[in-house]
Amino acid sequence: MAYTPELKELIKRVEATRPARVAMARRGENFPALTMAEREQVLSKYHPDYQADAKRTVQVGPNKGDTFQEGVARLLESRSLVRPDKVRLDKVDFDTDVLVIGGGGAGTSAAIMASEAGCRVIVSTKLRHGDSNTIMAEGGIQAATQECDSPYYHFLDTIGGGHFTNQRDLVAALAHDAPLSIAWLESLGMMFNKMPDGRTSVRHCGGSSRKRMQSAGDMTGAEIMRVIRDEVRNRSNLITTLEFHPAVELLLDEAGKCAGAILMNMETREFSVVRAKAVVIATGGFGRLHIKGFATTNHYGATMDGVVMAYRAGVGNKCLHSTQYHPTGVAYPEQNVGLLITEKVRGLGAHVLNIDGEQFCFPLEPRDVESAELIREAMDVGKGIITPTGRVGLWLDSPMIEELHGPGTVKKELPAKFIQFERHGIDISKEPMLVYPTLHYQNGGINVNGNSETVIPGLYAAGEAIGGVHGENRLMGNSLQDIITFGRRAGKNAAAYIQGGVALKGLTLDHVVKFEKELAEAGIEDPAIAPILLPDYATEEVVERRWTEALTDRAALR
Amino acid sequence: MCDADNTTTKKTIRVATGDRAILPEGAKTIPVYIMGKKYEVPETLTIMKAMEYAGFKFLRGAGCRGGICGACPTVYRMAGDYKLHFGLACQTVVEADMYLAQIPFFPANRAEYNIEEIGGAAEAIHALYPELFRCVACNLCTKACPMDVDVLGYISALKQGNIKKAAELSFDCIQCGLCASRCMGEIPQYHIAQLARRVYGRYIQPRAEHLQKRVGEIESGKYDAMLQELSAMSKEDLEKCYVEREREPDLAPPGTWQPKETRYL
Repeated sequence: MAYTPELKELIKRVEATRPARVAMARRGENFPALTMAEREQVLSKYHPDYQADAKRTVQVGPNKGDTFQEGVARLLESRSLVRPDKVRLDKVDFDTDVLVIGGGGAGTSAAIMASEAGCRVIVSTKLRHGDSNTIMAEGGIQAATQECDSPYYHFLDTIGGGHFTNQRDLVAALAHDAPLSIAWLESLGMMFNKMPDGRTSVRHCGGSSRKRMQSAGDMTGAEIMRVIRDEVRNRSNLITTLEFHPAVELLLDEAGKCAGAILMNMETREFSVVRAKAVVIATGGFGRLHIKGFATTNHYGATMDGVVMAYRAGVGNKCLHSTQYHPTGVAYPEQNVGLLITEKVRGLGAHVLNIDGEQFCFPLEPRDVESAELIREAMDVGKGIITPTGRVGLWLDSPMIEELHGPGTVKKELPAKFIQFERHGIDISKEPMLVYPTLHYQNGGINVNGNSETVIPGLYAAGEAIGGVHGENRLMGNSLQDIITFGRRAGKNAAAYIQGGVALKGLTLDHVVKFEKELAEAGIEDPAIAPILLPDYATEEVVERRWTEALTDRAALR
Repeated sequence: MCDADNTTTKKTIRVATGDRAILPEGAKTIPVYIMGKKYEVPETLTIMKAMEYAGFKFLRGAGCRGGICGACPTVYRMAGDYKLHFGLACQTVVEADMYLAQIPFFPANRAEYNIEEIGGAAEAIHALYPELFRCVACNLCTKACPMDVDVLGYISALKQGNIKKAAELSFDCIQCGLCASRCMGEIPQYHIAQLARRVYGRYIQPRAEHLQKRVGEIESGKYDAMLQELSAMSKEDLEKCYVEREREPDLAPPGTWQPKETRYL
């Protein structure tokens, strides 16, 4: 919706300082960038990934001694939704070959590949099939398909972009399989952007040495998801999809192999036991934990469920301390909150300003530094702009672009953003945007090898839930490729494992008993109960009026 | 669970966190009627966040929250006006005296098929969905589409056997089902569009030949040793290779530029 009269009043302050700022920009003068020492300082004090006070060391489990964000640490040190000593596992509700947990791009690819090998598959998904971060990815999918390119250069670009912290067998797998993924999607009938002769259109992305981004309009992820979901629906003889039916705990057998999971029907609150010869975790990222209160680009169910369940079963994670924030997410209007505004806006000369229309930072610092400076200005200096829904933001003065590069530049250079805001009554060539850092991607996750295998026989993982592919920084277009490459590998390898002969012994939750004993021994009081499954956005006032157990008999309300 | 309100040591600034809205001092609320029941919510909120502000917790009816997954189709009407409006709850802002209800699911027939066998002829689509011909061209489908897809246009194209046109016209479809909910002919438009797009992508769009060649090279093991070499390299050597790599010029037409170093292609 258009800016309110109150916000329009504030925009006048931006307009008042604009002539002087434009003149300054024309003289080639910038707000001074930070020195390396100042960068360190602002990062350590204000960036969520660097702030020491926001992090803590976990005391239990495979990553005992490692440091994580508070919200992540709390879930790693959580207890189960089920009482492991009381649950009976001798009555099995579903028996299958492969259980895939998660119905996004990775899980769906895994399900197709496992069924292709003749396996019976159950896909358990928390929301609808396809509700995922995959569907939201706009830009494209990387694969070295061109003659001037090869998996060798895809590997180099990926590991360089990740500051050489990536796990190398995963990078090799990604680079190797990427063109195979594209060919697979093409054979399933995905509509890639193509030249008249059938050649896929390709573009550069930040950090690429060759043009390697293939796309389907500006909804590449949605097109991938639609196609592979449709393919699963054509395979109902082998694949059963259980929607609103998340896994809440993994099951092992008495020999320590992964042997299924406990599912919960979120609509009826019924629990069920699934016995499976192999399990694939493809539960996606953690944006909906809203680390430190940040808005997110992620879908509603991104709550780190798979990482939590795998952790209790003894599978650790890597790079999970590393989160991708983008400095300029939308803070207004509400329809766009959290969505990204490309760096290009600042690249074209737009200043970042506080409530008084003053500059407070160099607009093109590295992403993490820029984010930290915005946070400082809003939360510490107190010069952010509060929206009618209580969000904080800072101005991004896009109308400057018109003055610097001529009328019409905004619409020409930023067509998608222009339309996105115009639809809500804001002309960004005339009015500035309100922005604030937003949480975009979980860089780390579950430990796997290049075959998508975890340390537990029969347990595989793929997609945003795994760690190491991108190291501590991900290139654009590699997340969609990660999903397809490792989803397919997980499905294929799970099928091969089963076909090698798997004899399951009795089902157990002993790993949960053991983990909860560890929690008690570490003196962790009142642990969270996880997976949390969904965030709750009720206001404090509403929560207060939801009388607690002390005031009501909850049993009667269920 | 979300972290508690974001606060700092110097001043306490109470701001909305995550997707949880708060009502700042002096801000206005407006009345909305959620399934006929009145709630006061802050202005400028989306229908989805307004419902959450009121205390609803979604299970159905919320997905990506960014306008692309089709989980939150909503129908609404303004007090005193007969006209029905359609939109996505995550993309539509509340207005005073709006009466709204979500339609998180609408039953629609979907036919199973084998993409390997179906072929590129429109007759196969007609055989799977004969109800296509029940269309009376009332255009309610197009009017209900929150993505401004020309639903009637692609249905008409398919009736005429034009799969390419149907695929292109329906490309922005998010499969929310509002078209099907309004259809007099009881046609599952979005499922038929999905089929048309896959048939188009598989059988009508030209295949990428350079991609087939690359697949052959990969399957022959051409790159295995190169990837092993990189995997075993010291960090210093990797950095050197990374820094020295040539960059394809931005404006080079696809398939024309060749780097000086060709050993690793």
